[in-house]
Amino acid sequence: MKALELAQQLRARFGDVLSAPLEFRGEITLEIADAERVPEICEFAKKELGFDYLVDITSIDNYGDDPRFTLVYHLYGYGHLQSLRLKASVSEEKAEAPTVIKVWRAADWHEREIYDMMGVRFRGHPDLRRILMWDGYPYFPLRKDFPLAGRPSDLPEVAFTEPAPLAGGPFVTISGGKDTISREPRVRIPETDALETNARLERRRDIKEAHGQAYGPGPIEPRKP
Amino acid sequence: MANVQDIQIKDAAARSAQLASDLSRAPAGGEELGDVTGEKMVLNMGPSHPSTHGVLRIVLELDGEIITKATPDIGYLHRGDEKIAENMTYTQFIPYTDRLDYLAPLANNVAYALAVEKLLGIDKQLPPRCQFIRVICCELARISAHLLGLGSFSMDVGALTVFLHTFTEREKIYNLCESLTGARFTTSYTRIGGLARDLPPGWVEQCRKFLKEVVVNIDETETLLTRNRIFVDRSQGVGVIPKDVAIDYGMTGPNLRGSGVEHDLRKTQPYLVYDQLQFDVPVGTAGDSYDRYLLRIEEMRQSVRILHQCLDKLPGGPVNVPDLKIVLPPKDRVLTRMEELIHHFINVTQGINAPPGEIYFGHENPKGELGFYINSKGGGTPYRLKIRSPSFVNLSVLPWLLRGHMISDIVAILGSFDFVMGECDR
Repeated sequence: MKALELAQQLRARFGDVLSAPLEFRGEITLEIADAERVPEICEFAKKELGFDYLVDITSIDNYGDDPRFTLVYHLYGYGHLQSLRLKASVSEEKAEAPTVIKVWRAADWHEREIYDMMGVRFRGHPDLRRILMWDGYPYFPLRKDFPLAGRPSDLPEVAFTEPAPLAGGPFVTISGGKDTISREPRVRIPETDALETNARLERRRDIKEAHGQAYGPGPIEPRKP
Repeated sequence: MANVQDIQIKDAAARSAQLASDLSRAPAGGEELGDVTGEKMVLNMGPSHPSTHGVLRIVLELDGEIITKATPDIGYLHRGDEKIAENMTYTQFIPYTDRLDYLAPLANNVAYALAVEKLLGIDKQLPPRCQFIRVICCELARISAHLLGLGSFSMDVGALTVFLHTFTEREKIYNLCESLTGARFTTSYTRIGGLARDLPPGWVEQCRKFLKEVVVNIDETETLLTRNRIFVDRSQGVGVIPKDVAIDYGMTGPNLRGSGVEHDLRKTQPYLVYDQLQFDVPVGTAGDSYDRYLLRIEEMRQSVRILHQCLDKLPGGPVNVPDLKIVLPPKDRVLTRMEELIHHFINVTQGINAPPGEIYFGHENPKGELGFYINSKGGGTPYRLKIRSPSFVNLSVLPWLLRGHMISDIVAILGSFDFVMGECDR
């Protein structure tokens, strides 16, 4: 049986809320006028039409349009190997739709993700928490009015407070030093220890002159607090 | 649940055994388990734990050594790939697909390119050579991902040798990737409407040599594990997922087939040239961790079979569709001809002009069905791009599955699931 026939059967049952099947690139899409009827239609699609595998649920933010959100359900049947797409719209004021978790348990995490990313709540979901962002995060990142660069939240901006490497941090050689030792960051010591450092370098130079052979940088001493 | 009988059993081992048998009679999904003995403990596993293969965190509620509740906590590797995709051209997103399932970047590249090509309506017009090379890419990626999956699975249950053994072979795949794409890990090999470059000279022979060696390695790996008493005891009958549950939770890939559902997108929704190739789809019977392991071994052999056929049949000709509005024109012509210069400029600055519409394309990745849903309003960037990642969906069964298992079974179950958090968290 082809997906189009299955869509027609679904439409014969729920003709009052389903749009005519739309075909694009061999895929059939049906629009559901009333998001409240989604579980009922899904139940029928699963039980009677054999769509036993919920591939995915996702959401679209039609920012600036009304209704603002679209939920997209992708169904597939292992018996007939056909797929079907259902779409339902949810307004911004309501931002709520009934859950389909009773039809397919796969809906659990998909619906949590939509809630997390787009802010559409699913009524009847047993555990509607954020899934990818942390609990207490105040925004819904996949909404179109959320900027790509993100917004500040209660987490610190950066994970460390040391000077950044290019701002004099620990991994950059300083140009203009007269020898490798003074340029090399691993032997660099805070300014308070400068005298000691110089004395140490003097000693090394003395040793080198006395023995007439190259003298390596020696063991690196830990930085003093 | 808390009845007198449970409390009367004094010996701790007998108590756990009693609880385990209670749980196995009424497994996951049933009523909430009460605190039978008043000694429940909450244990945090991960996000940095060797057996969580990345940054999966599971909050476990334990009664002795038995898990009474498991709550996975994901998102530690969330990078907002879908948001990023909305803000760049279709071609610019290709490198991001490397970082989804980072154990099989070539397969992700192919899946994404095919999705965009489906939107453009050119997926049936790809040159044969391009299609064969893409199949080769996918199957190499499958072998690579399964080798790592097996290696880490066996390492988690105590067989370190296997990990080193399979990594030797993966190294050769990386060398092949390097000579093919210029990068060992982040391949970014496909382009919309074709490939970044053709096969380099001598690559086919190199690949044949590898195939000869990898079958030996797979056989050796099997001798290390398949009849290994410790491995069998730790994986057989552990993490059993019945067929109906696997379907209900939307599991895909080897984890679904391990439960006995014969479904492989390469067979049921053939894309590229899979309908011209001979291969079998192995299916498990018990749905336990051991079946999932056996399945991956067999899938690698089938991949080798596919690769041999592809290398034999590999046709000549171009690797890109001849439409300069989709693929970049050759550089020498860009520098000398006006029309090609314009195409190049538009392609790079505005992206490929896709028609308005929406498509979903599911690809049989090593971990399962990697799907891309693209909603286009026309122009060079997607309005919405949703990544349906197999690891995300496969992991959603964990709260159901882990209940009633011993804590040491978690590593066997997670190992046999073979998930990747880069793909799960996106």
